Amino acid sequence: MYAQMVKTDSDRVKSLAEMNPQERDFQERVDRGEKIEPKEWMPEAYRKTLIRQIGQHAHSEIVGQLPEGNWITRAPTLERKAILLAKVQDEAGHGLYLYCAAETLGVSRDELLALLHSGKMKYSSIFNYPTLNWADIGAVGWLVDGAAIMNQVQLQKTSYGPYSRAMVRICKEESFHQRQGYDIMMKMAFGTPAQKAMAQDALNRFWYPALMMFGPSDKDSVHSAQSMAWKIKINTNDELRQKFVDQTVPQARYLGLTIPDPDLKWNEEKAGHDFTEPDWSEFFDVIAGNGPCNRERMNARVKAWEDGAWFRDGLVAHAEKVADRRAAARVAAE
Amino acid sequence: MAALADTAAGRAALLEFLLRTGDNTLILGHRVSEWCGHSPVLEEDIALANTALDLIGQTQLWLGLAGEVEGQGRTADNLAYLRDAAEFRNVLLVERPNGDFGQTLMRQFLFDAWHFELLKALQGSTDPRVAEIAAKAIKEVSYHLERSADLVVRLGDGTAESHRRMQNALDELWSYTGELFVGDDADEALADAGVAPSPASLKPAWDAAVARVLGEATLAIPSSGYVHKGGKRGVHTEHLGYILAEMQFLQRAYPGATW
Repeated sequence: MYAQMVKTDSDRVKSLAEMNPQERDFQERVDRGEKIEPKEWMPEAYRKTLIRQIGQHAHSEIVGQLPEGNWITRAPTLERKAILLAKVQDEAGHGLYLYCAAETLGVSRDELLALLHSGKMKYSSIFNYPTLNWADIGAVGWLVDGAAIMNQVQLQKTSYGPYSRAMVRICKEESFHQRQGYDIMMKMAFGTPAQKAMAQDALNRFWYPALMMFGPSDKDSVHSAQSMAWKIKINTNDELRQKFVDQTVPQARYLGLTIPDPDLKWNEEKAGHDFTEPDWSEFFDVIAGNGPCNRERMNARVKAWEDGAWFRDGLVAHAEKVADRRAAARVAAE
Repeated sequence: MAALADTAAGRAALLEFLLRTGDNTLILGHRVSEWCGHSPVLEEDIALANTALDLIGQTQLWLGLAGEVEGQGRTADNLAYLRDAAEFRNVLLVERPNGDFGQTLMRQFLFDAWHFELLKALQGSTDPRVAEIAAKAIKEVSYHLERSADLVVRLGDGTAESHRRMQNALDELWSYTGELFVGDDADEALADAGVAPSPASLKPAWDAAVARVLGEATLAIPSSGYVHKGGKRGVHTEHLGYILAEMQFLQRAYPGATW
């Protein structure tokens, strides 16, 4: 999931009996599994929450280009370089679908970017971690995209039509990315001792940050309950984290890599693994801007935006000139 | 063509040509990929990644064929990752630093306009392997040219600031375009055998396309006719060494590993 701790503006979830007729009608449609479309009535809090969630997701896609882009020029073969380029291009494309989905809720891409650049909107904590060796590119695909898919697969069923449809396309590409990431991990884990050491190092550094991607436990969170009632969140963070761990453990075992958690073990009773929670104080530090790469990531995005102002202004000015010339030609012809 | 590949000199000329063509796409692809995540607008991030991806794909084909023609068992990856700067045959234009986005675009346009003419001619190559790669690549490159020409026009004829930047970019890069049209003995042998056009033969069409686009962009073609050259015979600018140091790092640091 690329959206963490999305607020809903509610202090508790209203029951159907407490809702006015319009709200009740809306909630019943959601309950029946109907899709809500852009021009239809929706509670203001639903709209705002979706903007936060979709915006955070979109920002994550574009900031997420940076840690992977970090290795494009150093990819070890032409094929790996091509695959990574295609992947990063997909991420930018996901950003585009998601900003478009957010636009249907009445907020422009430029407005969302301004909120990102001023630090008022967040992106996923995971992208504040560095990619230090080539196996990190494998680990990002395997673990980060793997964690993202856990949530995004569910979000294909989300109540908001444009978001749901964007998610269908995104999921197809993300599962491909995850397989590519795992393929890099296999090459590294089954390669030379130096490559295997890089693979283990990558897993050591990305394991807990990947678990943090689901956000802290939200079983008692009113925001989470509200989002689930609106079907813009389908599972709790803990459910998804458990599913992710259960899926990933055998994959790591196949690679011959050790998950950096001495207390990780199968629990027959719950038919899942027991595992150590990530260090949530680290998570809150990263969210607060103190992760290893927060400043670099934001500086890079702000610089790209500011350095590109002349480019965007130039295109707008040209479009206006062309429109003026057409208008003048029409007048002359009349 | 049969005659060309039958002699050692003919094979050497063909190898030289394939390395030049593949190295151009490799180094330009590398430069373009440096923008990843840093461009002025999301659509450009996508377009640049796409362009770089096309160029790297073409590199695999050209250098793959180069390895075949060389006949010493070297793959496209061996050629890309295990040669040093003096063995690279790309023109100097493609290794110019990215500069601002205007310089990147202008470099792309000047190259695309040439690349398109080259591939158009290569589709009729007497070497079917060359013709086949050209036929595939020209589909991608005609789009590259359409995009870069369009942006050069819009930015040249945009604001005063965008016009100034595009003119600067053109002034900066112009003296690196002449090398595209300078031929040597290898080029002559290939042209005689109908494998590739002589570099000079591409100039009239390039001149016309460039003049048309720059005219529409309200940009002035620099009057200097000076030509920086050397890349085609392995004498590069200082920049190439850094590109290779970065690109080849893993292959050099961990020789023999499979990735």
